[in-house]
Order: sequence, then structure tokens, then C-alpha cells
Amino acid sequence: MSSVAVQAAGLVKRVEGAVSATLVNGIDLEVMEGEFVAITGPSGSGKSSLLYLMGLLDAPTEGELYICGQATSRLSDWQKAQLRLSTIGFVFQFHFLLPEFPALNNVLLPMRALGRLSQAEMRAKAAALLQSLGLEAAINKLPNQLSGGQRQRVAIARALANNPQIIIADEPTGNLDSVSTDQVFSILRDLARQNRTVIVVTHDLALAARADRTIRIVDGKIAEAACGVEHAEG
Amino acid sequence: MGFLFEIAWTHVTNRIRQTFIGVLGVATGVGFTIMMSGLMQGGQRDFIHMLVDTMPHVTVTDERTSIAGQPAEQAYGAVQVDNRAGAERRSGIKNPNQIVSSLRTWIPGAIAPSFKISAMINISQQRFGVNLTGIDPQQEVRVSKLASEMRGGSLNDLYRASNASVIGESLATKLGARVGSNVTLSTGEGISVSGPVVGIFRFGIHDIDDGQIYVLTRTAQVLAARPTVINEMRVRLNDALAARDVASQIEAQTGYRSISWQEANADLLSAFKIRDFIMMLVMAAMLLVSTFAIYSIISTITNEKRHDIAIMKSLGIRERLVQSIFIIESIMIGTVGVLAGSALGYILCLSISQITFTNPFTGNKQPVPIYFTPTHYVIVGLISLICCAIAALLPSWKATRVHPVDIIRGAS
Repeated sequence: MSSVAVQAAGLVKRVEGAVSATLVNGIDLEVMEGEFVAITGPSGSGKSSLLYLMGLLDAPTEGELYICGQATSRLSDWQKAQLRLSTIGFVFQFHFLLPEFPALNNVLLPMRALGRLSQAEMRAKAAALLQSLGLEAAINKLPNQLSGGQRQRVAIARALANNPQIIIADEPTGNLDSVSTDQVFSILRDLARQNRTVIVVTHDLALAARADRTIRIVDGKIAEAACGVEHAEG
Repeated sequence: MGFLFEIAWTHVTNRIRQTFIGVLGVATGVGFTIMMSGLMQGGQRDFIHMLVDTMPHVTVTDERTSIAGQPAEQAYGAVQVDNRAGAERRSGIKNPNQIVSSLRTWIPGAIAPSFKISAMINISQQRFGVNLTGIDPQQEVRVSKLASEMRGGSLNDLYRASNASVIGESLATKLGARVGSNVTLSTGEGISVSGPVVGIFRFGIHDIDDGQIYVLTRTAQVLAARPTVINEMRVRLNDALAARDVASQIEAQTGYRSISWQEANADLLSAFKIRDFIMMLVMAAMLLVSTFAIYSIISTITNEKRHDIAIMKSLGIRERLVQSIFIIESIMIGTVGVLAGSALGYILCLSISQITFTNPFTGNKQPVPIYFTPTHYVIVGLISLICCAIAALLPSWKATRVHPVDIIRGAS
């Protein structure tokens, strides 16, 4: 029986300023281990804001977020950083690879920051990750020598470097062609099959339909939740 | 931590032009600061050496540090006499042989008694006031460099003729005297003696070369009509810097006023301190300016690397670790700058030490005094590295304060 990987309880994100706005407005949500959840909604609806809250990149104004059962509102910045490093993997719309380092070193970065493995183990694991994503030829290439799809796959490899339980992806296919989009989504789908929790924000409803569950956000609130078509059919 | 060094190394090596400018800035600051330190300390040491070589390290005079009690005070405990007239008349140092023997048992150096008076010297109608010091040449060589500063004749020749004298070069020139010339010495006591000049010395200090003469102690005693008295003891120590302590110990033991060379030149040494302070400020300014280059480069790099900083923070790499990347970069640039600057400083010092100046008064050629010591390199290098690290603190701190979400949203 799977347990809850991410739980949002009354999450609110309010931005104060000249123009105050409520980006996330009282969201209650549970995402199970091994579940693939797609978050959709119109631009400015608060889906990315919700994702950043769930990824501990941002702090909620109100409410509580639980990661693998652990309440996070009272954690220090250092503890949140450590939790991100060990438990959460990020994939963004833009690959954000370090441009001066080859693919291998980019994948090594989170492992070296966590420091749980030896140098040899880290290198072997990074190479294996890149190979598993079809990037064996790209190991020693700089990001600017790779195609958009390859860069995004390197970014996925980096997100997986520390064996995170949760993968959070913000429009990971937003800058990719259809072939690369399909590849990236298949990889994410496979990760969920390996019992990892995958939460993806996407505008692409067809892709969202391939998730276990689709959550539609409008004005910072959950407007609709449904099982993915393919998953439901499957 | 290895990956921090790797990232820092990649940043600095991928920006060769900026790194080179940073290295150049630090190297220039370090090089010129080392040169200034060498020059400053070299000049100061040269001057102090000359001073210390020329004069005794401690001079014991016949001035009592306390006035002897009145007979009534000595006879009756209840009597106290206040407001006695000034210092008692100087009557010379009593029991000089006993005091000298006692001091020799513990003083780390040599001691020589002497008798110092004011006198007149004249030759062929020319007459000048001089400081006349009666010495024992055999003991004098232990407390002063007089014997090695002789330009004609010898100090031991004082023994060879009665009333012989050794005079300064400037004075000899003024008098037209040479070794072998006969001069007459006279004092306010109305006593005069005639004898040959047996030696001419030059210390290179005008006041001494122009107004000092040396005779045997007994000649000085005859001129002062005080045949058994000395009024000064001069001490030369193995360690000139111990003079203050030794002077106070002699004073406590003998009751005679003892003056260390530092006390005798207190005004001069105080001026050196002010000079040191000003030079420190100048050198600090030089190092500070050189670190602006580092500040500028780190600011540029952190600005260019905002995306990298944001993504590293989003991955869970702590802010302090990210900040330390830029401090490491600064220290890397600083280290190369310090090494290059040390080489530059050494070359500058070496080049300057080859330059000679002609003394307009003596006509002697003198090299520019430079003091070579590893201490300058270590201190300037460490200060420079600390300045580099501090220079990187603000831009790196500002850069790592960036909120990853702001950058990620902006890029998206």
C-alpha cells in the first residue's frame, strides 16, 4: 500500500506589494508515492507557484506542506536545502545546466553536494544515468554542444542524481520539439512506474492525459481533478 | 568541497582576461608594498645602525638620581628637609673602579670609563670649542667603533706621545691639522697642554666629526684639574635593544643617571613611529586599491552567474557553499597575484639596492638602503589575501541572496 509523498494542507501563497495577489489560495492536495500527477491551468493560474511551494523553493504564506510525512513549515533554510538535495529532483522548462561543465559534471553536481558516495561511485552512477537516458555519447559534451532534447534529458539525469523520491517538473517540454517532448514525457512516466512521485506542470493537455491524475488550477484553487485518460483506459 | 574548487577554477580559467587584470592589480599592489616596506625599514635600520654604532648603548653620567639627605635627616629620624636647592654639584663618579668591576659581572657587553669635559683646541691662531673625552684606547675599542673609523693614524698612538689627541676629520680640515700636527688644548680652569694629533676619525655625523676629540683619560683629568675622577661610563651591549632595561638596572644599582640610546634619541625614534604610521596608511591604501580589481571581477562573475547560483540553490546546495565558490575564486586570483607580486617586489628591491647616491657633504657613494626579509612577503601576502577574500564577500553575498524562483520564472 502506497503512502503519501506530498501533502498540501490549506496552502496559501500571497504576494504583498504595490499590487498584492494571492497566487495559491487554500489548496489541499495529496500525491501518493509512485503517482504521476499533471497540473494544468491557464497562464497565471498559480500552477507553477504551487509547484515551487511543493518543491520547497518557496515558502507558503499559510498552510502546511508535508514531504514524505515531514512537516516543512518549521524547517530552517538549511534543513529545507538538505531535504531538496536528498528527496526532491527538479526539472525546469529551461534546462539550467551549468554551461561551463560537461554533461557528466552537471549530473555529478547534486551528488557531490550531498557527498554520500565516493568519487568513483558518483562518476559510475552519473555515467549510468546518462546512458539510461540515451546520452552515452553526450557524457563529455558541454551543454552548448547538445540539442534541446539532450539538454533536457541531462537535466532529468541531474534531477535523478541523488535518487530523489519526488520529481518536480515545471513545463519540462515547453521548449522541445514533438519527438523530444514525447521522449521526456516517457522518461517521466517510467520514473513513476519505478515508484517515484512525479508532479508535472504542463500546458499540454494531451501530455497531461498520460498522467495518473490531472489537476486543473484556476485562480490559485483546484478547479477540477481527474484521472488521466490513458491511465484510466490502461 | 572539491566541486566548489572545481567550479571556482573553471570560472577563473574561462575568464582569462578578467583573471589577468585581477592578478595584475593584486601583483602591483603587493609588489610595490613590499618595495616600500623594504625601503622604509632599510632606511630606518640604516639610520639606527649608524646611530647605535656611533654612540654608546648606555651612558652612565655622574648625575645622582636622588639628592643625598641632609646631615640632620641622617641623624634624626623625625627631621625632614624639603625644598632643597636643585641638584647637587656634580663631583664625578665616586669609586669608579669598584662600580665598573661590579657592573662587569652581569652586564651582557662591555663597559669603559671616560672623562668628558668642554675644552678649546687651537693651532696657529685658530681656536674652536670642542667636546673632549678622555678614554682608555684598550677599553674604548670594546664600546665604540672609533678604532675602525680612523682615517689616519691609530687610536693606540694615544699612548705613544704625551697629551696626544685624536680629532674628527671636519675639525682637522677646519684647523688645517694633519696627523703629526701639534695642537694646544685648554680648559676653563686655565690649564692648557700641547701635544700631537695622532689620529683622524670620521663617523659621518657632522656634530661628532666637527666637534669631538679624544685624549687619554689622564690628559683629560689634568685639563680639568681633577686627577682621580671620571664622569662617565659608556656601555656597549651585545643586544642594543636591551639598552633600556640595562640602563634602569644600572641606575637602580649605582644611583647614577643612566641613559639608554633610545632615551637619548627619544624624539628621533618618536618621529620614526609617526613616519611608520604614515607609511602603513600609504601601504594599506595601495593594497586596498588593488583589491578593488578583485571586487570588480567578482561582481562581474556573480552577475553573469545568477542563473547558475539560482539553479545550485534550487538543487539544495546551501547558500554559504555557493557564496564560498566566489570567495575561493577571489583567493585563487589573490594567490597568483601575491606570488607574482612577491616576485615583482623582490625584483624592485633588488633593482633599487643597485642604485647609489653620492653624499653631497662627504662625497661618499652610498647604496639605497633596502631591507630584505621574508617577513615583508609573508605579512603583505597574508594581508592581501585577506583583503581579496573580504572584497569578494559583498558581491558574493548579494548574488547568493537571489531567490531561485525569481530567476527560474524570469528564464521561463
